[in-house]
Amino acid sequence: MRFEGTAHRYGRDIDTDVIIPARYLNTSDPDELAAHCLEDLDSEFVSKVQPGDILVAEENFGCGSSREHAPIAIKHAGVAAVVAKSFARIFYRNAINTGLPIFESPEAVDGIRSGDRVAIDADAGVITNLTTGESWNAQPFPPFIREIIERGGLVAYAREKVSRR
Amino acid sequence: MPRPMTITEKILAAHAGLDEVVPGQLVNCRLDLVLANDVTAPIAIKEFRKIGVERVWDPERIALVPDHYTPNKDIKSAEQAKMVREFAREQDITHYYEIGCMGVEHALLPEQGVVVPGDVIIGADSHTCTYGALGAFATGVGSTDAAVGMATGEAWFKVPASLKFVVEGELAPWVSAKDVILHVIGMIGVDGALYQAMEFTGSTISALDMDGRMTICNMAIEAGGKSGIIAVDDTTREYVRGRAEREWVEYASDPDAEYARVFEIDAAAIEPTVAFPHLPSNTRPVREARDVRVDQVVIGSCTNGRLADLRVAAEILRGRKVHRDVRLIVIPATQQIYRDAMHEGLIDVFLDAGAAVSTPTCGPCLGGHMGILAAGERALATTNRNFVGRMGDPTSEVYLASPAVAAATAVAGHIALPEDLG
Repeated sequence: MRFEGTAHRYGRDIDTDVIIPARYLNTSDPDELAAHCLEDLDSEFVSKVQPGDILVAEENFGCGSSREHAPIAIKHAGVAAVVAKSFARIFYRNAINTGLPIFESPEAVDGIRSGDRVAIDADAGVITNLTTGESWNAQPFPPFIREIIERGGLVAYAREKVSRR
Repeated sequence: MPRPMTITEKILAAHAGLDEVVPGQLVNCRLDLVLANDVTAPIAIKEFRKIGVERVWDPERIALVPDHYTPNKDIKSAEQAKMVREFAREQDITHYYEIGCMGVEHALLPEQGVVVPGDVIIGADSHTCTYGALGAFATGVGSTDAAVGMATGEAWFKVPASLKFVVEGELAPWVSAKDVILHVIGMIGVDGALYQAMEFTGSTISALDMDGRMTICNMAIEAGGKSGIIAVDDTTREYVRGRAEREWVEYASDPDAEYARVFEIDAAAIEPTVAFPHLPSNTRPVREARDVRVDQVVIGSCTNGRLADLRVAAEILRGRKVHRDVRLIVIPATQQIYRDAMHEGLIDVFLDAGAAVSTPTCGPCLGGHMGILAAGERALATTNRNFVGRMGDPTSEVYLASPAVAAATAVAGHIALPEDLG
């Protein structure tokens, strides 16, 4: 898997309430959620983001609530991948389970600015800033997680498991 | 002999069918309970349908609690609640709680004996970590994890390293469990316990009632923790006896168990604390916050909507009036708490003071309904999060504190200590 897009960079502790405010949680429709993605942090995000773009943030991305609406909103807003210095643990699981690619690399985050073109080679785990020419290695997923991703997310993984019973 | 283990490691090992586990190990665990609410269950149900099973793994081990936007606040939330209700009927879910029986999930399930010591519980709600107060391993997950849990009765975990918080000594008057956990979060930050279990111990913790212990474990997630836990003692046993609907198992950390870090906290150094916008770690002593005027005070939620919380608030509000510039909203977390508060005369105290008392709901805590803030308004709440826009307009503000500080603030019109009321 390879991603290439424009970076949108934000700070630390980006919480699930700003990713998708609770006033929109009376629905689980992905497109409706995507229309309000990050609006309390950056009201222009939804109009700026192009399909394939890359969200970049500092520590503890996705902290707060367990709402899976958060990775769903990000994914359906067109974001191809999230690169952060670290992820809050429930968001980390939810991203894997819903098939939103996420990468941990503090160095890459420090070397990327909003508007830079960024490429990610997910198989090799390499993040490249095409604007500056710098590149970094992301933390690889543990094998067990890679297995879930390769099978297409947790539901596909579970489907296979129950069919063997 | 297995290696010395923490209570968390022991519970996970037992549920994975292993003699021992080490932090970082990936384990597949048998679940005792899977929980979802009216926000997270609809997505879980959609994902459940894709798995290819007709029935849930055990209809007695799934709890569906429509508490966030209920009683339904609008047509969309009514549709969400309807979807959960219909699924519960179709699957004969034993622990489905309709309006009228419903309470805030993390107050309701321990009260009803649905969660017991030694359990492994996942809940599609981040404050599922509350049940650690009963000596269980409980952690918040997303809807997809909950869906797979409902289908298989299993979930995978990375065994967390543990942080140990030893709190010793007596808390000063009006200093509560809420102040202890705000103090801890202020000390280690909102990602200070990222991916780790937070184990609370020491004489201060032992002296807390179950309501206070639940307040502490409830906010483990606000430090990024995977779980919070307090070992079973006589206080726990007295609480679960008579209400537990299953046999329970008691685990305790070995004396030589390994911790990633140990924090020793002197209870006497903890004072009434308030978390300023927009992070729970942004804590200051209440005495330094007296110049903050508020428009609304909320007493309730899975953090502080239990009977002990209402008693403290009523003690301060008795014979006093809510400030004319403040709206006070009191939300007993369950029907039982509401009834007990009524029998003790607490509801009269709230009404006499000029408070609005609501049926149980998460309501304003997450900016759902029942007390949304307008642009630029400020609330002080006994809830758990003060993120941007958490209780309403993105320019509104939420300050987090204990029920005692909340009650005093409602009377004073600005952030205040009970002793300020004179």
